[in-house]
Amino acid sequence: MSAARSVRGGVAAPKDLRGGQPGRLGLSVAGVVGELMITVGMLLLAFVVWQLWWTDVEGNRAQAAIVAQLDWAPVPAPGAAVVTPPPVAAHRHDASPPMAEPAHAVTFATLFVPRWGPDYQRPVSQGTDRATVLDALGIGHYAGTAMPGDVGNFALSGHRTTYGKPFNRVAELVVGDPVVVRTADAWFVYRVTSTEIVRPTDVQVIAPAPDDPAAVPTQRSITLTTCNPMFSARERFIVHGVLDYWLPTADGFPAEITGGA
Amino acid sequence: MYKWLWRHLRGPAWARVLLLSVAVIAVLVVCFLWVFPAVAPLMPFNSTTVGGG
Repeated sequence: MSAARSVRGGVAAPKDLRGGQPGRLGLSVAGVVGELMITVGMLLLAFVVWQLWWTDVEGNRAQAAIVAQLDWAPVPAPGAAVVTPPPVAAHRHDASPPMAEPAHAVTFATLFVPRWGPDYQRPVSQGTDRATVLDALGIGHYAGTAMPGDVGNFALSGHRTTYGKPFNRVAELVVGDPVVVRTADAWFVYRVTSTEIVRPTDVQVIAPAPDDPAAVPTQRSITLTTCNPMFSARERFIVHGVLDYWLPTADGFPAEITGGA
Repeated sequence: MYKWLWRHLRGPAWARVLLLSVAVIAVLVVCFLWVFPAVAPLMPFNSTTVGGG
């Protein structure tokens, strides 16, 4: 404003600076640029809304549909277990029937984490690429790592934010918490043994024996990997666990998920 | 730009507002269904895997 005034007040101020053609043009260019910037700003805002809200809406819907499609026997509600007591399942510690790795993007298991709520059940699918598994199907299984119940490391990855955020509450897990995997034939009850934060390049966390990547594995481990801190790709939050017991699905439900333990 | 658009639309004001609202919604739908899903993997956040990703 003051600049414009001084120009106006100047002796040699050309007349067309005040409303002549060149000045008008400058103003309208500035106007268009301004409007474009507002438009870009609105589109960026829309992207944030899409990423933080809509991908969760779609992800939760898709993952619930996948679980429903598996058509496995529903878990009895805590109160219902009294009416029809399921057979007391013997905890098994022997080797479970081996399972072959399924084809890419095939859902072969579901994950229960009682710490994340009694209704928490998310599908686990083969592979860990974002477009076909993590964004579309939820939790992914690192190809080449052990299958549930195997000696080795059953390694999973999932979003902590957005796309249904299956691992959103990963930081709440404490040592001893059950992490339950269900396949068509068996339940696998793992217990959390440790959590850690590592760099994205630290692949030893999904090694068959994560404590000592060079060793031959002797334990039946599970590992969850997700991003850390939230909304960042700087680090990874890692949860390790070891198999407590397994039981065939025909023998009933583990007490960890029916509220009995 | 938007002034130009407003001047070049015909009809009463409410019709122009309606038309522009429909256009805005159409742009958002295209963004939500195609543009944003295509752009999202290029963003530098949201990686959950170790190693390759």
